[in-house]
Amino acid sequence: MRIAVLSGKGGTGKTLISVNLAAVAKTSIYIDCDVEEPNGHLFFKPGNIQEEEVSVLIPKVDEKLCSGCRKCVDFCKFNALAYIKDKLIIFEEVCHSCGGCIMLCPKKALTEKEKVIGKVQKGTSDNVTVNTGILNTGEASGIHIIKKLLNNNTEIDKQTFIDCPPGSACIVMESIKDADYCVLAAEPTMFGVHNLNMVYELVRLFKKPLGVVLNKCLEEENPAEKFCFEKNIKVLSRIPFDNELGILNSNAEIAVRKSEKYRAMFSSLLATVIKEVHHETASDSQR
Amino acid sequence: MKQLLILSGKGGTGKTTIASAFIRLSKAKAYADCDVDAPNLHLITEQSSEPRKTDYYGLPNAEINPVLCIKCDLCRQNCRFDSISVEADKKYKVDPFACEGCGVCEAVCPADAVTLKPAVSGELMLFANEREVFSTAQLKMGSGNSGKLVTEVKKQMKTEAVNTEFAIIDGSPGIGCPVIASISGVDMVLVVAEPSISGISDMERIINTAAKFGTKTVVCINKYDTNIDNTEKIEQFCKKQRLPFMGRIPFDPNAVKAINNVQTIVDIDCASGAAVKAVYNKTMKLLFEKSVG
Amino acid sequence: MKIAIPVDEKSLQSNVCVSFGRTPYFLIYDTDTKKSVFVDNGAAVSTGGAGIKAAQMIVDSKASILLTPRLGENAAEVIKAAEIKIYKTTTAAAQDNIEAFIAGKLPLLNEFHAGFHGQRGN
Repeated sequence: MRIAVLSGKGGTGKTLISVNLAAVAKTSIYIDCDVEEPNGHLFFKPGNIQEEEVSVLIPKVDEKLCSGCRKCVDFCKFNALAYIKDKLIIFEEVCHSCGGCIMLCPKKALTEKEKVIGKVQKGTSDNVTVNTGILNTGEASGIHIIKKLLNNNTEIDKQTFIDCPPGSACIVMESIKDADYCVLAAEPTMFGVHNLNMVYELVRLFKKPLGVVLNKCLEEENPAEKFCFEKNIKVLSRIPFDNELGILNSNAEIAVRKSEKYRAMFSSLLATVIKEVHHETASDSQR
Repeated sequence: MKQLLILSGKGGTGKTTIASAFIRLSKAKAYADCDVDAPNLHLITEQSSEPRKTDYYGLPNAEINPVLCIKCDLCRQNCRFDSISVEADKKYKVDPFACEGCGVCEAVCPADAVTLKPAVSGELMLFANEREVFSTAQLKMGSGNSGKLVTEVKKQMKTEAVNTEFAIIDGSPGIGCPVIASISGVDMVLVVAEPSISGISDMERIINTAAKFGTKTVVCINKYDTNIDNTEKIEQFCKKQRLPFMGRIPFDPNAVKAINNVQTIVDIDCASGAAVKAVYNKTMKLLFEKSVG
Repeated sequence: MKIAIPVDEKSLQSNVCVSFGRTPYFLIYDTDTKKSVFVDNGAAVSTGGAGIKAAQMIVDSKASILLTPRLGENAAEVIKAAEIKIYKTTTAAAQDNIEAFIAGKLPLLNEFHAGFHGQRGN
C-alpha cells in the first residue's frame, strides 16, 4: 500500500505527517522524494546506510571523428552544445539526456557516458526503512532520482509513505503516479486554501483517492476546513497548533516516539487512512 | 531601481506575510511575486483593477498527426522520457506532462507526422495603475521550467515601473532554478528563517546560493519563540558568517487572523506587526545606506 | 575589429541590456568601418541554455570584443574558448561604452555568475 503525502506549499507539515505515520506503523517504508531539500532523514537519523549513485546518460565527443557539421548544435533544443574554434563543447548540466545529438551525428562522433546527478540512500530507523533521494546542487532535475527511489521500493504488501516535493510541478506528478492514496496537508490560512486547491486539482487529474489533514489548527474559523466542506473532501484529521508538538518537530524529533499522546493521535490517523484505502479498493472492485 | 528580494529556502516560514507587510510599510510602487509555483501575494494585496494577462510559453510539446502516422513505432522507441504510448485504438499519443520537447521524435519520424507545438505553461499577470505596479504569474500544473517565467515576472515589473526607485520581490522556496532567477540582479536578499532543524539546514543552503552571486544577504527569524534554542543557533550562525541580523518576529495567532481578513500584519495592532516594523526599518536603512557607496 | 554588445533597442543610443543571454538584440560595431549591425538574438526565447546559444552567435559574428554588464559561466566558457575579450560596461548607453572602450577606459570582466542551469521543464 502506497500513501503519498503532499501539499501545495512548503511548511504545511508534509514531513511531520509522513514521518510520524511511517513511525507509528508496525513496519513500514518511508521514501523522501523531496530531493531538493530532503529533511526526513534529519528526523529518522537512520543507521546501516547503503548508498547508490544515480546517473543520467550524456554525450561525449570523439574529436577525431567530428567533422564540424554542427547538426547536433542546431538540433539541441536545450542549447547544451556549442562549436567553437573547430571544437565541440558540451555543457553537461544543461543536457536533458534526450540522445538526439547522438542519433543525428552523421560521423558517429558522439557516444554516451554516465554522469552522476545525485544519490539514493537506504537505512533503518527502528521499524522504518528510510529511503532518501539527494540531488546534487547545481543539477536541474531530480526526476531520475525519484524514479529510482520508487523503483527500489515496490513491495506492495508493506505500508509505504511517500514524502512528496512541495508544489504541483512535474516532479510531484512523478511522486504520486503509483500511489494508492494521497494525503494532502493544509494550513488554516487563505494562502493554505489557495495552495490546497492546486494540489487537489493535481491529484484529481490522476484520479487518485484523497483526504486532507488540517494542520496547525487554531481556535478561529479555518478556511481550509470550509474548502473541504464545499468540495466534499474527506477530512482525515485535525492537528491543533500545539507548542509541544512544534518544539519536538523543530528539533527534528519524531513526535510519536517521544510521547504517547502523539502516538495515539497518529495511530488514529493511520487507521483512518487505511480504512479509506480499503474502502476505495472495495468501491473500485464494485465498479 | 533598488530591489529587495525576500527568500526563505524552506517553505512556510512566513515569506509572503513579511513581504506584504514590507509593501504596506514602504508604500512600494513596484512589487512582484516570483513564487510562480504557488503565488500567494495577490491574495493579500487587494487589486482594484483587472490584470493584463499574457500567456507564457515554456518548452514545446510533440504532437503526432494520426493521418500521417505510419505506426512504425520509432518515436516511441527513441523517446527517453517515456512520453509516447500506443492507445487501444493503435493511435500514437504524447503525454504532455512527460514530454520535454527535445525533438527526437520529430527528427526520427520517417513520415513527417510529428511536429513540436508551442505549449502554454503558465500565465503572466500585470496589475498597473497610477499608484503602483504589481507583477505576478502562475505556472500551470505539471510544468517545470519556472526559472524563465520568474525572469519574465521581474522583467514585466521593471519595464512597467521604469522610474520607480524601490521594488520588493517575494521569492520562491528551494534553491533551484527559480530561486537563482529571482536573485539575479537584485540589490539585497532578506532571508526569513525559521527556528527548526529543517529550517536551519535549508537556510544555510539558500545563503550559500546567494553568496555565489555576491548578493548582499541579511537575515531575520520568524516565529522565533517557537524554539528559542534554535533561534540562538541561527543568530550565532549569522554572527559567524557576518550576516547582518535584522531581528526576531514572534509567533502570533493574530497574523493568521489578519491574513484571513485580507490584511497585512502591520494593518492591525499585534506583536508580530510591531516586530516586523523594526525589521523593516533596519533592513531599509542598510539597503539605502549601501547605495551611497 | 568588431565589438559585440547586448542592447535593448536597435540604436546606438540604446541602453545596454542587463541580460546577455536574453537580450533582444546584439549590436555588432565595426571600429574600422564605423558601421553598426543589429542582430536579433534568437536565443532570447530559449527555455534553457540561452547564454550558450547567444555566445555561439557572437562567435559566429566574428566579433573579437564583447562589452556586457554581466555574463553567465556557460556563456563565458564559450566566449573564452573563442578567445574573445570581455569587458564590463560602466554606463547605460551602448555608444558611451564603445567610446569608453576605445579610450581604454573599460575594465575587463572577470567575474561570472552561476548560470540558471538546465531549467528543465516538462
